[in-house]
Order: sequence, then C-alpha cells, then structure tokens
Amino acid sequence: MRKKTTTSKNGKFNEYKKKKTNRDIWFTGIFFFLVFIMMMGYYVKFVSTEGRQMINNSYNSRQKLLTDKNYRGAIISADNEILAETIIFESGNEYRNYPYENLFSHVVGFSTKGKTGIEAMANPYLIHSNISLDSKIENEIAGEKNAGDNVYTSLRTDLQQIASKSLGVSKGAIIVSNVKTGEILAMVSKPDFNPCTIVEDWEGYLEDNESSVLLNRATQGIYPPGSTFKIVTSLAYLKEHNGDYQDYKYNCTGAFRYDNSKIGCYHGTVHNNVDFISSFAKSCNCSYASMGVELNRDIYNQTLIDLGFNQSLPVEFNYNQSKLVVDESVSGEDMIQISFGQGSVQMTPLHLHLITNAIAQGGTPMKPQLLTRVETVEGKVVKEFKSQSYKAYMTEEEADILKMLMTEVVESGTATKLRGLEYTAAGKTGSAEYNKVKEDSHAWFTGFAPADDPEISVTIIVERIGSGGDYAVPIAKRLFDAYFEVK
Amino acid sequence: MQYYIVEFSKYVIAGFMVLYTIEAFLALGKKRDSDKTNVFVRQNIYMFLIQFFAYLSLCLQTGQIEYLFFYAFLQIALFSTIVLYQMIYPKCNRLIVNNMCMLLSIGFIMLTRLDYDKAIKQFFIVAVALVVALIVPFFVHKLRFIKHLKWLYGLVGILGLGIVLVLGQVTHGSKISYTIAGVTLQPSEFVKIVFVFFVASLLYKAATFKEVVISAVLAGIHVLILVASKDLGSSIIFFMGYLFMVLIASKNYFYLIVGFICGGGAAVVGYKVFSHVRVRVQAFMDPFSVIDNQGYQISQSLFAIGSGQWFGMGLYQGTPSDIPFVESDFMFSAVAEELGGIFALCLILVCLNCFFEFLRIAMDLDDVFYRLVACGLAVMYIFQIFLTIGGGIKFIPLTGVTLPLVSYGGSSVLTTLIVFSILQGLYMLRFTEVKEQKKARLKAEKNITKRQKITKKNKVEVHSKNEEEDYDFEEW
Repeated sequence: MRKKTTTSKNGKFNEYKKKKTNRDIWFTGIFFFLVFIMMMGYYVKFVSTEGRQMINNSYNSRQKLLTDKNYRGAIISADNEILAETIIFESGNEYRNYPYENLFSHVVGFSTKGKTGIEAMANPYLIHSNISLDSKIENEIAGEKNAGDNVYTSLRTDLQQIASKSLGVSKGAIIVSNVKTGEILAMVSKPDFNPCTIVEDWEGYLEDNESSVLLNRATQGIYPPGSTFKIVTSLAYLKEHNGDYQDYKYNCTGAFRYDNSKIGCYHGTVHNNVDFISSFAKSCNCSYASMGVELNRDIYNQTLIDLGFNQSLPVEFNYNQSKLVVDESVSGEDMIQISFGQGSVQMTPLHLHLITNAIAQGGTPMKPQLLTRVETVEGKVVKEFKSQSYKAYMTEEEADILKMLMTEVVESGTATKLRGLEYTAAGKTGSAEYNKVKEDSHAWFTGFAPADDPEISVTIIVERIGSGGDYAVPIAKRLFDAYFEVK
Repeated sequence: MQYYIVEFSKYVIAGFMVLYTIEAFLALGKKRDSDKTNVFVRQNIYMFLIQFFAYLSLCLQTGQIEYLFFYAFLQIALFSTIVLYQMIYPKCNRLIVNNMCMLLSIGFIMLTRLDYDKAIKQFFIVAVALVVALIVPFFVHKLRFIKHLKWLYGLVGILGLGIVLVLGQVTHGSKISYTIAGVTLQPSEFVKIVFVFFVASLLYKAATFKEVVISAVLAGIHVLILVASKDLGSSIIFFMGYLFMVLIASKNYFYLIVGFICGGGAAVVGYKVFSHVRVRVQAFMDPFSVIDNQGYQISQSLFAIGSGQWFGMGLYQGTPSDIPFVESDFMFSAVAEELGGIFALCLILVCLNCFFEFLRIAMDLDDVFYRLVACGLAVMYIFQIFLTIGGGIKFIPLTGVTLPLVSYGGSSVLTTLIVFSILQGLYMLRFTEVKEQKKARLKAEKNITKRQKITKKNKVEVHSKNEEEDYDFEEW
C-alpha cells in the first residue's frame, strides 16, 4: 500500500519529508486521554456525592473550623415545628435545644455525645452557612457566628405523637412513610431518651444493658419477623410457580409434623381446608410449613437476594442488615421455621417496611427519605432532596398478587379491625415468638392504605405483648385515621 | 472590605483559570503560526491576574508585607522567562512556555500559603532552573551526536540509581535521595531523562525482536533497582515510559499487551512479596478502616478535596496542612481544597494540554531518535501526573510522587524544567529539519539522479519500518 502512495506521488518531492506514521502517537495520546477522563470523572463524582460527608469523620479537623465560624442550624419538621435548635446565651455559650424532648429522640438524634440520627446525617449542612456575604460581614464586624443552614425534614409531629403514645410504655418501633415519595413521616423507637439531657444521662444509658435505650429499634433492631415473613415465602412460591397460585391446597389440622419435629398454628387454631389466599389471610403456619419444605432452595434464596437480604439499604442513617441465607445446608426443620419467619430469620423493621412499600408501589419502592430541603436562615433554598426510585424488589404482577393477599388479611383474616372503614387498608400481621414460652410474642403489623392506590404505609412492632392482630393493628388504625383525618 | 476581596478573589481565580484552560486547548487545535500570538498574550494576562488576586488575598489575610516582595520577585522571574524565551528563540513554542509558567505560579501560590520558607527555597531553585531551561534548547540544536551515546546513558542511569540503592538515605521507608555537599538530590528524577535517551538510542535504528529484548533487559535493570529502593512510583513511571517508547519504535501493539500483562503480573508478585505494597493497597481499599496509620494520609487528602467542593474554601480558609507531606505529594489536594474543584480540574487539563502538545511535537519530527525522546518524556510526564493525582483522590493506590512543577522539591522541578526545554528544543528542531529539506530539494531539483537515489533510500527505509499509513501534520 505504501509503495503505491510513493509511486503515485512520485512527482512531488516534498512528500518525502512524511516518511513516517503517527498512528502510534495518536494511540498513546488517546490512551492517556481516556485514562484521564476516567480519573476526572471519578473526581467529579467524589466531589459531588461523597465529598460533603467527609466532614463527619472525627479525624477531619475541618469540622471544628466550621463550628468555630458557624453555629449549628435548626432541624425543622414538615409541619414547620422546630425539632432541634441552637440557643446562644449572652456569654456566647451554645446550647442545643430539642423542644419536643423525648418525642424525636432517635430519629433526630443528638449532637453532643457524638452524633446520631438526623444530627449526624445532616451535619454537613447544619454546620455550613450559606447566608449572604453581607450578613457574613455584619457578623464578622459584630464578632458573632454565622447561622448554620436549616434542615427541613419530612417528619410530621402529629403522626409522631400518635405513634409514640400508642407504643406507650412498651418497647418497640414504628415507621410511617409516604409510599409515593419514600418520605418518612414518623419514626419512633421505644424506650426513648431526652436529647436535651443526654450528657447528664449518658452514664446511666451505658450501664443499662437490658433496654438498649440509645438503639434506634426502627432501623437497628433485629427481630424475628414472624408471620409478616410469609410475604417473602409467598413471593418465593409465586416465583417458582410463575405466579400461578390457584392450585394450592392444604388441609390444616392445627399441627404439622416433619421428622421428629412438630409445629402448630398460633394458639393451636385449626384452619381446615385452606387455599393460597386463605393460608395467607388466616396466617396458617402449618400451610406455610408444608409449602416451605417443598420450595426450591435456589429460588427461595434468589428471592431473598432480590429483596435485599444481607445487603445494604439505600439510607444514610445507621441501620443493621437483615440476615438470612437459604441453601442446601439448611435442614428441612429449619426451613419450616424460616417459612413463617422464625428460626434463623432476622429482620429490621426498616427493611420489612421497605418490602411493604415495594408491594404498595408496584414492585419498586422509593428510597426512604428523611430530609426534604436545606435553607439558609434568610430562607434561600440551598439544596432540595428529590425522591428517587430504588431498585425493583419484584415484578408488578407479583406485587399485585401480594397486594391482593394483604387486602384479604384485612377483609377476612387476622387484621379485620381495619375492615369497613372510610379507607381500605391492606397488610400482614405477625406474632413472632422470641423464646420457648409460646404465649410470649412480639406483635407485628406492616401494611398500607388505601389498598387500591396506596399513599401511606406503616410498620409496627410491639415487643413482648401478644398477637399482631390484637396489639399492632389498632395502632395502625390510629395512624391511618390520623392521616386520613377520620374522627 | 478584606472579606469581600478574599471571597471575590476565590471566584475570580477560578474564572481566569477556566479561561486560561480554554485558550490552551484552542491553541492546541489550531495551526501554530504567529496569528496565535493574541491567544498567548491573553493567557499571560490571565496568569498574572490569577497571581495578583491570589497574593492579594494571601497578603490581606496574613498581613505579611514580605509576601509582596516575594510576589514582585516571582512576577519578575516569570515575566523575564516569557520575554527572554521569545527573544532568544523567536520560534519557540509559546504554549509550552505559558503552561510551564502557569504550573509554576500555581505551585508558588500554594507553597507560599503552606510554608513560606519552603517557597523561598523553591524560588531560588526555580530561578536557577529557568536559566538552565533557557540554555537547553540551544544544546538540543547543536549536539546532534547525542543519539550515539547509548552506553554512556545506560551507565549513568544504572550507576545513578544504584548509588541511591547502596548509599541512599531512607526517607519514609524508601531510599530515594542522597546528599552531596549539603545538597540533597533525588537521582531518580534526573535519571528519567537519561533513561529516555538511553532507550531511544537503543531503538531508533531498528526495533526488531532482538533490539526490544536487549532494551527490555536493560530497562528492567533500571526498574528493578528502583523496586529494590522501594521507590514504587518511579519504577512504574520508568516502566510505562519504556513500554510506550517500544510501541512507538516498533509499531507493534503486541509488545504493549505483553508489557501490560508482565506489569500486571509484577504487581501481583509485588503485592504478595512486599508488605509496603500490601499496606498501600489496603489503605486504598478502605482508608477509613486504617485511618490511624496507613490510611491517614489518603483520608486527610479526601477530607481536603471534599471540603473544597467546586469553588474551594479560599486561600487560608482550609486546613490542607493536615495532610502529611502535602507540599511534595499532595499539592493537588491542597489546590482542590482552597482553590476549588473547578480550578483543580483545570489544573489537570493544563497538564493534559502539555502532554498533547508534546505528542504533537513528536508527530512533527522526522528523526526517529527525537520522536522517541519526545514521546518517552511525554508519557513519563503524564503518567507521573496520573500517579500523584489519582493517588491523592483514591482513584488508584497511593505511590507518593510529585506533581511536576507544582510540588515542592528541587530535583523534581529542575528535571521537569529540563524536560520542558528539551521538548522546546525538539519543537524548534522542526524548523531546522524543514530548512535541511529545502536545501535537499534545491539540490535534488538540480540533480535528478540524486533524487532517484533518495527515493530509493526512502523506499528501503519505509519498507524496513513496515509502515502502513501516512499522516500529514497539517491535518491535525
């Protein structure tokens, strides 16, 4: 080829100076250009996403630099109530005040003994000040600190109060959220504490090993999910049978035997002939036990993976992962326990709540969200947090079937306390046993309303009280009533 | 008032840096002729304005009058470099001169802010180095025999690196420097240039399997000495420089692939054999889990970059000094924190701009030896930048090399200025090459037989190099 060019251009002498190829140099240039594009892309991503959070690391001295210049901004609820504010005394001392004291203890958190909750999550915003340059200069001249930016949350004081009162003196947790946006409207964990006096009470909390006051049970509490876990087993069944559940039949005698073990339905109830829908609605343990031993382990485990077990959740606050792996090493007896949420199953209320939201939202939940926007004290919006979809937990068809099952729980099953109201609710109860004494159980309820076009979802656990239908469902009713403004 | 100026300067500095970078890339795309003079003058204006605002904020915030004197001397030094270069070499590459001065000014702004004493020390070294930089292009022109000194280069290179391995001082676990008569030198910096000349002289005549194997063994000795000195960064830079020189000499991508595979294998072996490599990788994977020891540097670097965001904290508003060895290894993070992400991205782009201009010079050269030298120096330059910036932002594991011309360090800045001047010299060599060709053409037109001879010779050469395509640099 080269020969051809030389001969064809033989007449032109100045072609001789180009007796070389630059292709390899072009390659070198493009190679390093691409490498640098990747590096710059990484840099841009770092600065725009993780960069701000770096300020929270205790090894980062810049935090002190900012708190010397600015005082901490306020945390404000969706109904414009102040949840946390900084009061500056004449002496210049700062005091972090929480007007609602115990009510928002876990979700808002504290900032004096380390940082937790929103105080930790929104710390970068709270300690930066984006007030106008003029105000900064005024403050500089007056020798005053700048006001940190205010953080607005999606929390509603009315729902929070109802949730907190409903739990009363019981230990437990409640999460209420807007299904369509993922915004968390209320989050309660009991026992709670007073963040105003956290410094004085600190030692006492540390010494108290039994009640784990500082633990946010809603996000960090690891519980057996009990019958609420039948949602997961049902989903695995639907996946294995391609959504066909019509042929399912079981005759419940109140007990199920497998090898040497025997399990029973709650309080020994006999459900007689049940199909797939009534097994779920009446929460028949025996039916699920027989379903569980026959289910394909691989499909079951894949269902768990799809639902985010043993994985991180899309939230910025502290939480624990739900843990469960189903493989060949799980014995048949264990499988029976797993199928109705006992045994080795460990879940957080937050994770169960996210699965419920997925069912309510056609398979793909919104990312849980606590912060809505950041504003300066002057009212200028610094940042708005948009609601975002999370990954698909299941297909829309599967979500529709599960929604139908959960509606049936209210219509004819264990949550009939929610039947015949101004709104239609759907959900699943659970009564999770946590020790050998059969009568002791945690009361669970997870569900949403209205059933056909869900707006609000709740997940409730009350520790050591009794059945979900008796103790958790009424709380759900109170929350739904408040949300839909039913008197 | 002071508050306004400091806050205002932050945005102005970022703005001028963006303008400077845009002009640099515009200049790169066009043909290089005198009509670009305006571009270069504008670049100079932006450069001096950036320094004006930077030193204004530095002086206002510290109240140090001596900073003003330093500023004045710095401006004189840079201004005279720009003017003298054009006076001595009217056909010099002004883009390279400008970028060189721009990178030096960024370095001095940050160094003054971080450690004024070091800034003064660096200033004297740079002043001397700039004089050297003015002379070097002349020698590139005159000393045409340099391509024949291959064994001298090899000897100097291996001895230079070997002495450090045997006698060098241990700093932070690796042997990279030794002191003669009170001056601490970092020979691996200077050997970079010698090494490029060495490889070029081995490969410029022919790059068949035989030459490649011989050069690979000799280059391998260089790299192994550096590995033995635990100077990881330099050893990878030498390795990459060599690989791409072989590619350009042989036009065979097979060698590049083999090189990358060997490099990957060596990295795995290095990870298993050397604990200091494992430590680096661990600090890269999860710096915060080992923040008390190995991860401390990188974590602090990330904190700095994170708090800088897009427009920076402003000079003296951040705490870049929290990063250990910030002025030598983490200048980029310091820049990102106080001058901001936009400025930092522009800094990367200016370095990339230099690299592209270097390659463009290489493309215009006919002499294979000079082409190899230009490419080798260009690749080593850009790869060093990749290592230091990529390490600082946790894109790759940390290796601890300097950011050329910006970081503190005499050996590094002197070497880089010499590299820039060699490329400057090679750029101007093009004009002599063209002149020689004109002469040849005149002769040839007179003498047809001679012309045919040259044609034949050309064909032979072309054949031996197995060329396929022909580019015209005018089409750039």
